Amino acid sequence: MQAEVKQTDQEVKHAEHSEFVSFTVAGQAFCLKITQIREIRRWSPVTILPHAPADVLGVMNLRGAVIPIYDLSARFGLQQTEASERNVVIVVSVHGKPVGLLAESVSEIISINPDDIQDTPPVDSRNTMEYIQGIISHDDTMVRIINLDAVISAPEQVMP
Amino acid sequence: MSGSIQDTFFEECEELLEATDEGLTAIEGGDHDSEVVNAIFRAVHSIKGGAGAFGLDDLVAFAHRFETVFDEVRSNRLDLDEKLIQLLLRSSDHLSALVEVARDGGQVDEAHHDTLLAALDEYIPEEEEDLTFEPMGLGGPAPMMDLGDLGGAPAEPQEETYRIRFQPLKEMYGTGNEPFFLFQALKDLGELTVTMDENELPGFDAMDMAEAYLAWDLVLVTKETRSKVEAVFEFVEGLCELSIEGDGDAEAEANALAALDAMFSAPPAAETPEPDAGSAVPFEPPVPAPEPEAKPAAAEEKASAPKAESGKQEQRGGPKPTLRVELERVDRLINAVGELIINHSMLAQQIANLNVSDTRDVETELEGFKNLARDIQEGVMAIRAQPVKPLFQRMARIVREASAATGKTCKLVTEGENTEVDKTVIERLSDPLTHILRNAVDHGIEKPEDRESAGKAKTGEIRLSASHRSGSVCIEIKDDGAGVNRPRVKQIAIEKGLIPENAELTDGEIDNLLFAPGFSTAREISNLSGRGVGMDVVKNAVTGLGGRINISSAPGKGSTFTIILPLTLAVMDGMVVSVADQTMVVPITSIVETMRGSDDMINSLGADGTLLSIRGNFVPICDVAGGLGLYRESEQQAGVYLLVETETGQRCALAVDDIHDQRQVVIKSLDGVCGDIPGVAAATILGDGKIAMILDPESIIAASPTAAAFDTERRMSNAS
Repeated sequence: MQAEVKQTDQEVKHAEHSEFVSFTVAGQAFCLKITQIREIRRWSPVTILPHAPADVLGVMNLRGAVIPIYDLSARFGLQQTEASERNVVIVVSVHGKPVGLLAESVSEIISINPDDIQDTPPVDSRNTMEYIQGIISHDDTMVRIINLDAVISAPEQVMP
Repeated sequence: MSGSIQDTFFEECEELLEATDEGLTAIEGGDHDSEVVNAIFRAVHSIKGGAGAFGLDDLVAFAHRFETVFDEVRSNRLDLDEKLIQLLLRSSDHLSALVEVARDGGQVDEAHHDTLLAALDEYIPEEEEDLTFEPMGLGGPAPMMDLGDLGGAPAEPQEETYRIRFQPLKEMYGTGNEPFFLFQALKDLGELTVTMDENELPGFDAMDMAEAYLAWDLVLVTKETRSKVEAVFEFVEGLCELSIEGDGDAEAEANALAALDAMFSAPPAAETPEPDAGSAVPFEPPVPAPEPEAKPAAAEEKASAPKAESGKQEQRGGPKPTLRVELERVDRLINAVGELIINHSMLAQQIANLNVSDTRDVETELEGFKNLARDIQEGVMAIRAQPVKPLFQRMARIVREASAATGKTCKLVTEGENTEVDKTVIERLSDPLTHILRNAVDHGIEKPEDRESAGKAKTGEIRLSASHRSGSVCIEIKDDGAGVNRPRVKQIAIEKGLIPENAELTDGEIDNLLFAPGFSTAREISNLSGRGVGMDVVKNAVTGLGGRINISSAPGKGSTFTIILPLTLAVMDGMVVSVADQTMVVPITSIVETMRGSDDMINSLGADGTLLSIRGNFVPICDVAGGLGLYRESEQQAGVYLLVETETGQRCALAVDDIHDQRQVVIKSLDGVCGDIPGVAAATILGDGKIAMILDPESIIAASPTAAAFDTERRMSNAS
């Protein structure tokens, strides 16, 4: 598994383009590298974690594993998502552990030339800035590339 | 590579130390059977051999003395009196300590080491003692190879040249032996010339990493006897092709060769155990089983055949064949079985949801599935289960050390050593038990003179027992000491501000103060217990395992600690309840009784406090939903109460919305998923595939303002 991913990474380097999956969160377009994504599932009600912070929706059963589900929108400091059947959970693997991210909907797979990635210009939203690796222009819209490590390893204390 | 072999050695050491301990305990109990003594001798000998291979000189030197004393005992030149037994026990403890130091690093207590060595030396006759200076101890006292008894005795020491052809088999490397050390040992005997023969070394392409290709031709000029030279190879016997040619007179050589033949051909059945036993216990091959027959002391020269026979029998009656398996594999299997159980309940639910009129046949099969799944689960759990015996043996050591440190005399009596408990439970029990036992010796057992004046036996007795009790494991530590000094405990609790000055507590409540955080009775910090860590650590460790601990004490008669633990950490029986539209599980072990409440059973106390009246008793109500910070969307009120009892004996009624079911659930840890959640112990997956939280009643009550407030109120009202 691990080896597979590595190999793909190398291929990406050799090739000009890498593939990203774009999706919307609170009306904004974001994307993740396709190799970071394990699967995409339809939203189903999760089990609430008592005393959990607002951006932790709860836990879900993924084939016998208990995985936490984060509300990306709340994580980015945008409004909280009213999760419904139309929403999707993007399951990513961070440090070998599966984690679910709630997004509004998945849009498409886009091919990005690494040279086209622009640095995030400074804006006054620290919360968002932390989680964005760079931005790219695609079909005249701005797509934000998510820095997955920052999203997941960010402090997730339990509220007292 | 060498790391893993060394690991194996230490694993082996642990088993051998256990065997030593076990034997010594038997001897202490009056069993002076020669088999027992032999078993210990062999165990110590094997440790020495392995330690030699890894160049652990301290360990080798000590094991050697220890072994030599045992050799004296074995040959009936020493009497096993009380003093010697105590020395041997202490030496065995020290041997364990040395192994630990070799494995984990750290410092050996030099003074203790030297005292023991000196004490052991007293039992070793002069001429044997000389041998202790032998380098590496690889040769050992070498009674077994003493061909002097078998063949012609070599005359006065004179220089002799031995031509040795030494070709290790690959098995030799597999057991962690290293030719270099052998050569080093040979070199210490005299002048050594080593020539490597690499003729058999294949081309690089054809080379098999695991194969042994090299051979050595050695020429040794030495004054030592042939037996000494052979003794160097004692531990690789059967693992190499070895020929030793001396240029002494032909007759002696012929005799010696005949004797060699006798050793290498006749008893090999006993020497090299059955191949499978050898592979399961990689360090075993140099089993010194044939040693008894080579005892020089045996003046009545018995033929080797019947003795080899007895050696064989020993092995047959020995431990059952076992399999070393990586723990991770077992854990994977346990996870898979957990999935199977979840899968079963999902299947059952799906079938129930189907609109089929007659599901009887399917249900019968499903029942069979369930039983099979449970069988597999129990079988897999049994793999992880281990007898508590090694743990108890270690505890005997703790008690001995503690007694020595405090100048008290105590003995540890163990019961139910074969009770099997999950490996993790055993591992995590070690610290709490150590703590309790040290406390028992330090604070519980009185000084010998006090005991005598109290009309008790001089030697204190601590009884450590394990037993299975309806789905859980019960471990009891009972001492016949002075019991809890309640006035003093109370005094200290008041001094430390744990209870109000005027509090009136029942005896049970005072005893439980021992578990309160920040409580430590030792006036000054003694060497032993009282390192600033109190019994609350013990309690936390036990509750961390999902268990409970209780104390009962009678003044002048002693105290008893009872630890109740779940059998496994992977599956538990739980009651499925709903709380604020969420399904949750409450461990069945903590529930005393369940009841449906009506309005007239609820009494208000103060502004927010509510009490439930149960048959005339008032118990504080703790709303689970409120405690977890959940809010009910529907108007449904908590109408069902689970009466739970905490370790302190405090009762509390947990208010939940409804009770659904009672079933076995698979425990899924929330570690790594989220941080520590107060009130939640773990999670599980229910039949519908949903995750449910497993609650921890203890922490819910602790967090609940009502119950906590009530507890103080009661104390205060008791006080007035």
